[in-house]
Amino acid sequence: MTHPVLLGIESSCDDTAAAVVAGGRLRSSVVSSQDVHETFGGVVPELASRDHQRLIVPVVQQALAEAEVAPGDLDAVAATYGPGLAGALLVGLSFAKAYAFGLDVPLVGVNHLEGHIYSVFIEPPAPAFPYLCLVVSGGHTQLVLVEDGFQHHLLGTTRDDAAGEAFDKVGTLLGLGYPGGPAIDRLAQEGDPSFHDFPRTRLGYDFSFSGLKTSVLYYLNEMPDDERAAFLQEHLADVCASFQQAIVDVLIDALRNALHETGVAHVAIVGGVSANTALRAAATDLADEEGVTLHIPHPRYSVDNAAMIAVTAHHKLAAGHTSPLTLTAAPSLAL
Amino acid sequence: MQSNRTSDIEPPTSLFPAETTSPEATRALGARLAATLAPGDVVALDGDLGAGKTQFIKGLCEALGVPPEQITSPTFTLVHEYEGTDGPIYHIDAYRIERIEELYELGFEDYAYGDGLCLIEWAERIGPLLPDDALRLCLTHLGGTRRQIDVC
Repeated sequence: MTHPVLLGIESSCDDTAAAVVAGGRLRSSVVSSQDVHETFGGVVPELASRDHQRLIVPVVQQALAEAEVAPGDLDAVAATYGPGLAGALLVGLSFAKAYAFGLDVPLVGVNHLEGHIYSVFIEPPAPAFPYLCLVVSGGHTQLVLVEDGFQHHLLGTTRDDAAGEAFDKVGTLLGLGYPGGPAIDRLAQEGDPSFHDFPRTRLGYDFSFSGLKTSVLYYLNEMPDDERAAFLQEHLADVCASFQQAIVDVLIDALRNALHETGVAHVAIVGGVSANTALRAAATDLADEEGVTLHIPHPRYSVDNAAMIAVTAHHKLAAGHTSPLTLTAAPSLAL
Repeated sequence: MQSNRTSDIEPPTSLFPAETTSPEATRALGARLAATLAPGDVVALDGDLGAGKTQFIKGLCEALGVPPEQITSPTFTLVHEYEGTDGPIYHIDAYRIERIEELYELGFEDYAYGDGLCLIEWAERIGPLLPDDALRLCLTHLGGTRRQIDVC
C-alpha cells in the first residue's frame, strides 16, 4: 500500500466529523457544526451537539463524496477511541468497526490527544522530531515532548481548568456570554495588557487556571454593583487584555523553559486556543528569540476535527499499527 | 429552602454548614465527606462560577484514591471517569447542558443510577433528572475568600 486511502472518524465530544486522506494528503474534512447542510426528510435541522447517531451517516457520506472516494476504495477505517464521552465515542467507533469489517480492511484506533499532536502534519511544513507540543483547548492543556513518531513524554498538564475553559468562563464573568474566549481575544486587541496584574500560577510544567478565574471574580466583586458597570464600560478591553496576558505568560514561560531544557528545534501549538491572537504573537516572538520553528495548524484543524484523526491513522498504518475489531471506547484514555 | 427530597446519605452533622477561606480548605472538606460515601451515591453540587465546586470534588476524589492530576474540570468534556479504591467515580459537569434531552445522549442514567459514585457540578441544570436520594450541596460566596458549603 504505497498510497493508502483512509477514512477517519471523530466523535469524542460535541461534533461528529469525518475526513478522507489519500497517500497522506487530506482529500476532505467534514465537521457537523461547520459543514453539514444535509436535509433530514426535507427539513434542514438546527444541528444539536452530540447528536452523533443521527449525524454519523450523512457526515461520512459527505466526506467520501467531497473526496470523490467510493467505500470500496478505502484501505483502512480509523476512529477516535478516547479520551471523551463514552456514549459519543461508541457511535463513531462502532460505525468504524462495522465499516472496516464490512469492507474487510483494517481498523485503526486513534487517541484524540495524539490526533491534536499530529494535526501539524495535515498541512506542510511538518515539524521534525523531536518537537515540543502545547495542546490548548477547551478540554485539555498539556505540554508534550514528541520524541519520535508515537513516542511521547507528557511534561505537564492542567491541575484544574483547561486554558480554553478559563477563557470561556472569564468571558461569562465579564458578561460576554458563553463561550466568551473569542470575544476576549477580540476585545483584548484594543486593551492594555498591563492594566491589572492578575496572578500567574507557575507549577513547573503543570498549569492551574482556576485561581486566575477566581481572581477575576474577586477583582470584579470588590467593586460596588453600581460602580462595576461603569468601570467595565470604560475598561472591559483592559481587563480582557490583562487576563489574557496572564494566561499567555504562563503558557509561553512553560514553553520557553521546556525549549531550554530539551533543546528541540521545533515547537507546535495545537487545539482551539492556538487560534488566540495574543498567544500566536507571543509564540512567534518566542520562536524568533530561541531560533526554533513554530508550527500552528489552520484554525479548521485546531478545533476538534477528523482530518487530524485520518492523518494520524495514516502514520500509524505506515508504522504497522492497526487495531483489533474488539477495540472498545476508552473514555479516560491517557496520552 | 426546604427540599421535599430526602437523601439517604447521612453526612456527619458536624460537617455542614461549613465555611472555608481557601481552595485547600474546600478540598479538605470534600475529603471529609468522602469518608461517608458509598458506591452508588450521588452528590449534586450547585454554586456560581468560582464557588469551589471543582475544588471540593478534587479533595473528595483524592481521598478516594484518585491520582490528583487526573481530577480536572469536566466543563468542556462533560464527564470524567476515574477509578477510585472503592470503584468507579463519575465526575459530571452540566454547565454546558442546554436541553435536558442531551442527558439521555450522554448516558446520564447509567452514571446516576449505576454502581459508581456520581458527582455532579451545576446540578440545578438537570434538576428533574436527579435521583431523589441525591445529596444536594450548595456553595455560596460570602465575600472575600469566604465560602459557605451547606446541604440544600
